[in-house]
Amino acid sequence: MIRDITIGQYYPGESWVHKLDPRLKIIVTLVFIVALFLVKDFVGYIVAVAALGIVIGVSKVPLRFMLRGLKAIFIIIIFTFVLNMFMTGGTEMIRLGPIAITYEGLYRAFFMGLRLVLLIIGSSLLTLTTKPVKLTDGMESLLGPFKAIGLPAHELAMMMTIALRFIPTLLEETDKIMKAQMARGADFESGSVFRRAKNMIPILVPLFVSAFRIAQDLAMAMEARCYRGGEGRTKLHELKFKKRDLAAALLTCLFLALIIQEQNIMAALMPTLASLASNLAGAL
Amino acid sequence: MSIVVKDLVHTYGAGTPYESLALDKVNMEVADGEFAGLIGHTGSGKSTLVQHLNGILKPDSGQIFIGDVDITAKGVKLTEIRRKIGLLFQYPEYQLFEETVYKDVAFGPLNLGISEEEAEQRVRDALSTVGLDFGKFAERSPFELSGGQKRKAAIAGVIAMKPEVLILDEPTAGLDPKSQADIFDMMARIRAEERIILILISHNMGDVARVCDKVFVMENGRIVLEGPPSEVFSQGELLKSKGLGLPPAAEMIHMMRESGAELPETPLTVDAAVDIIDEYLLKKHDRSLAH
Amino acid sequence: MGIIEIEDLVFEYKKDEEDSVRAIDGVSIDIEAGSFTAIIGRNGSGKSTLAKNINALLLPDGGAVYVDGFDTRDEEGLWEVRQRAGMVFQNPDNQLVAAIVEDDVAFGPENLGIPSESIDERVRGALMAVDMYEYRKKAPHMLSGGQKQRVAIAGVVAMRPKCIVFDEPTAMLDPHGRSEVMEIMKRLHADGITVVLITHFMEEAADADRIIIMNEGRVEMDGPPAEVFRQADRIRALDLSVPIAVELAERLRRRGRDIPAGIIKMEEMVEYLCQ
Repeated sequence: MIRDITIGQYYPGESWVHKLDPRLKIIVTLVFIVALFLVKDFVGYIVAVAALGIVIGVSKVPLRFMLRGLKAIFIIIIFTFVLNMFMTGGTEMIRLGPIAITYEGLYRAFFMGLRLVLLIIGSSLLTLTTKPVKLTDGMESLLGPFKAIGLPAHELAMMMTIALRFIPTLLEETDKIMKAQMARGADFESGSVFRRAKNMIPILVPLFVSAFRIAQDLAMAMEARCYRGGEGRTKLHELKFKKRDLAAALLTCLFLALIIQEQNIMAALMPTLASLASNLAGAL
Repeated sequence: MSIVVKDLVHTYGAGTPYESLALDKVNMEVADGEFAGLIGHTGSGKSTLVQHLNGILKPDSGQIFIGDVDITAKGVKLTEIRRKIGLLFQYPEYQLFEETVYKDVAFGPLNLGISEEEAEQRVRDALSTVGLDFGKFAERSPFELSGGQKRKAAIAGVIAMKPEVLILDEPTAGLDPKSQADIFDMMARIRAEERIILILISHNMGDVARVCDKVFVMENGRIVLEGPPSEVFSQGELLKSKGLGLPPAAEMIHMMRESGAELPETPLTVDAAVDIIDEYLLKKHDRSLAH
Repeated sequence: MGIIEIEDLVFEYKKDEEDSVRAIDGVSIDIEAGSFTAIIGRNGSGKSTLAKNINALLLPDGGAVYVDGFDTRDEEGLWEVRQRAGMVFQNPDNQLVAAIVEDDVAFGPENLGIPSESIDERVRGALMAVDMYEYRKKAPHMLSGGQKQRVAIAGVVAMRPKCIVFDEPTAMLDPHGRSEVMEIMKRLHADGITVVLITHFMEEAADADRIIIMNEGRVEMDGPPAEVFRQADRIRALDLSVPIAVELAERLRRRGRDIPAGIIKMEEMVEYLCQ
């Protein structure tokens, strides 16, 4: 049923990752995404995968929940992969009629595909380990400094809170209206695209009216409960930056440094590794 | 025309962690011209059941015969089912969408593919059945009407489809006593004039006892009790164990019995309760004289 | 002096510049602290409009409303008024703001600027008061109508009001939800909160210690339930019904049975008959 859809898909838990300050988690996620774009070779990915793997392990969120997030954009990943595979020039590997797969193409396809997969898993880790409420609180707090330049941080956060609260209600409402119109003989399945769009009117008008009524009722209920904007408001859950947050922040810096300097580090290590390898070979 | 439901099974969210058995081998029979009541706790499966009758939900297994037609069979046209069965949802005013009451009421009939002229006649008839004056209301926006009027306009939209079975899910919920009485008058009128099957879903046991010929009690997706109101509502203890109440008159007598009074009959109306209490007081008086 | 004083209140809904509908037409009511008042009337009788005037969601066009001494028209005292007179609305879905029960209950205290630790304590207390503490981490859309309405009540209780106005809180609930909400309402009243209940369920009104019947924007009847229900014919003439016990008593009296005047609830009737 339509109401079974869960929004934000939070995976309840008490892990170290769950307990981190949401502000820090948002920043770390952003850093991770940026880092993915700074990765230049597969060794960099090994660092990223290892880091992500450790965090997932600590979070105790089952891997299948991560993969579920991937399912939704499976098509996009495949599309990216295929596009990169065929559209990159270079040394030919296999030729299938008019299209050729090159070594460079295959490399690039894996490279881009992996980036996308890591990107999705990384950001779904944020929503899986952070309650929607904390997420909005974190956003509000992070955007706070921009209030000075006119960014309505509190209002944005409040909008997100209300959206999270009412999406299930509106989905249920849509379901109800749709059934009621079907009972009156409305047909949503057949006909041309134009006809089908026109057939949506009996759903859209009542839905709009419903949304409007909800907005009106809610505004009144909020006013009755002394809502007067973000000024002077306190929070049930105050965000506090703790020691573990500091530790996580330091680890994130280390991770970023590794990614940025990865090629230099590898280059510096190469002679040592090479001599180690030859010594090993000589000994054998 | 009659309705026969055979071993109807429906599961919500099959294959997901939310899987739940909503209908568990439901069997039900409503004869031609009968007024049936469907009662049960919220979530007992009443709404799921009636949505099957209208073809909005498809069963996992089982059959539904409307007359001789099995509407669960392959190849049955949905318009055909919806022409026969009118289903009025809870708070039906939320389905109004047209610019005028006329257009909104005509929406259903026109979907059935009838002509404009016939649709107009049906809109006139339907508005008169629900007690809205055609001249006064037809060209008004449904969104300007009062709560009770909106409800009536929405009901007219279903009646105008001239169904052979009319199912009403809590048609008086949230209305004030006057509008509630209007809706019951309307049901009585439909019954007298059209001789169609009516099915009423309600939490108000007094209403069900007053108007229905037959009552079905649902619990956990099953029909656990059925019969004429006098029989069903005489089982006070059983109904209470299912979280259901009694019609006020029956409740009163039930409470007196619990306080030790010997009263064999269960009344459904206030009139009947007055008779029973009157007789009880008479006997009590005689007894005290005899002492 | 009552906790709520309504003096000659007039309120009009303005359609446009010239056209307006007078919803409340000269109403004066004095509600005592700690009382339980039921306000009854048909749709459009002005009862909901009256409720919204009590906590300054609507402001008088004539006359005045005072809540605990604060004039609702005085902008300085607006938040004092709304904190003192809380309000529970009809639709259980449309008055919950947050996606988690405890966050919703915290909404009012947060708006009042209560320190974080005290909010936690208030939320706990309020959820316990409505027997919803074990649901504190749940999402509202997973709850039943009666449970949602109890959460809404907790949200008001957490603001520590002196008075709660219930605007048809049970109209959209099934019998089970209805009795849950009535139960909580009676409990809050027993704890000293002034309760104003707007309803059209007569059996609910019979639980109050004062009934006010409104019609066309005016107070039609006002008094203790036993006194108001004694005039059953007048109530019916207003398109309202009377509780079943009142109706039974009336009919039995017509048959010459001597039923005492004070009987308005079924329990009282049974007790009298089976004594």
